[in-house]
Amino acid sequence: MSEQKLQSQTVQTTGHAWDGDLQEYNNPLPVWWVYTFYATVIFALVYWTLYPSWPLGKGWIGGVSNITYVNSEGETKTHSWNTRALLLADLNKAAVTQKPYFDKVAAMPYEQIAQDPDMSGFIISAGKSLFAENCAACHQAGGQGVIGFFPNLTDDDWLYGGSYEKIHETLLGGRRGYMPAFSEVLNGEQIDQLANYVASLSSIGHDATKATAGDVLFHSETAACYYCHTSDATGRKDIGAPNLTDNIWLWADVPAADTAEGKVAAIRGVIAGGLNKGVMPAWSGRLSPEQIKVLTVYVHELGGGQ
Amino acid sequence: MNFNFKHEWIETNIGLMSVLTMLAISVGGLVEIAPLFFIDETIEKVEGVRPYTPLEQRGRDIYQREGCYACHSQMIRPFRDEKLRYGHYSLAAESQYDHPFQWGSKRTGPDLARVGGKYSNEWHVQHMVAPRSMVPESVMPNYPWLLSTPLDISDITNRLKALRKVGVPYSLSQAEYDANVTKFGETVAGQLHIPDAQKNLIEQANFGNYDGDRTGISEMDALVAYLQVLGTMVDFSKYTDDAFVEFR
Repeated sequence: MSEQKLQSQTVQTTGHAWDGDLQEYNNPLPVWWVYTFYATVIFALVYWTLYPSWPLGKGWIGGVSNITYVNSEGETKTHSWNTRALLLADLNKAAVTQKPYFDKVAAMPYEQIAQDPDMSGFIISAGKSLFAENCAACHQAGGQGVIGFFPNLTDDDWLYGGSYEKIHETLLGGRRGYMPAFSEVLNGEQIDQLANYVASLSSIGHDATKATAGDVLFHSETAACYYCHTSDATGRKDIGAPNLTDNIWLWADVPAADTAEGKVAAIRGVIAGGLNKGVMPAWSGRLSPEQIKVLTVYVHELGGGQ
Repeated sequence: MNFNFKHEWIETNIGLMSVLTMLAISVGGLVEIAPLFFIDETIEKVEGVRPYTPLEQRGRDIYQREGCYACHSQMIRPFRDEKLRYGHYSLAAESQYDHPFQWGSKRTGPDLARVGGKYSNEWHVQHMVAPRSMVPESVMPNYPWLLSTPLDISDITNRLKALRKVGVPYSLSQAEYDANVTKFGETVAGQLHIPDAQKNLIEQANFGNYDGDRTGISEMDALVAYLQVLGTMVDFSKYTDDAFVEFR
């Protein structure tokens, strides 16, 4: 600030003089600042009147603005403004729009939903977001699964069955896979024989002599593989025992192995170590019955539904 | 009334100015502090919330040690998108035994307040060891050492004692245990008894086998046990949507 400008000002000083000539200007606050300040005070008063504001021990001043919403029982509720009521109002507004579709989902049989062009559009869009949030972490975005961990939902091989009813059952209650470890019951040679037999079922390169011995072992009481995988090795869907004859692999990472020996070794690993995984969480507590039905149709339509 | 207020009265009287400054500041303080004295009466009453078992608590310690809170919040806000993605909004009652709470304010990863039961144990283990093998677009770091590091359980008693000091109802005496039986039931009360902490921890880890390896108790066992209990204590099917709105 130049000396010239200082001299030209006509603002009063505070009246004091320090050290003989040291004076202090008493400038008024800028007008825009003062009015902005008054505006914020008025804003606060309006805000306190409309919305919940001051705490009063166990309670608070609720404010005069209200939120009206229809609750899950269909009753109209009015509550002083708060974010929880706001959420319910928001959810119910969306529910009203979606209701015709979800009502149809609840009422229609699966086959009809899948064939109705209007509904299949809804299933694809609603199912896609439900699948992305809840299922894709394990089964991956397209439902292709992860070998060694989570089943492929797009092929026609199903552990527990690929009908609408079975998929629905899987979603509702979850699943828990189990296969005992055979390393304590069988010796290394026997496990190798079994692995060669299982490889032979899918026409993978194998040792024919070992496979013949494995065939006997498979159907014997010693290994008793046929209890779960059945005597023709096509598996039991009621307990999730896989079909061993279709060259579709989940637990043994056969496709990744380059050589025939590698493929047999992958099978050997599963027989020796058993499986205590293949856990699918139950969704009945987390998703609504209609959402589960949407997902059932969505998963069925991924390509493998039966 | 001829009352001509002048700011100079305050500005030239340091005593008056001090008093008025204190008053102005204390309003801000009181508004935040006073409600804390009534917190027991103002948080929602819900059934099922209990302190963590010794194994879960150790998992929680690892959660903090690894800084999971830097990317994951544990606070579902009452918005439609959050309700649809994560589930019911978080209640104050659900973190009443959390010291310190893990609400967080930053989400690089998803909110974990209700991750319990959403994925299987093996998913968690594999995802922790190599996140991108499960979620290709993930930016989460790998935590392979959790699986190979044995869990240090030697100091579990002291850890629970420390939490007891800040008000978590872990029991030391028979009287405290009996009080827990009344409050939480016998099964939970047994888990909260500090003298049995190490035994309980080992039992839960062996029974749950969270990391899929029965040969020992790893840090992964504890962390997965903790993740699988998050947000599962309150059964929201027992409450209507309105019940929590009435609390506001």
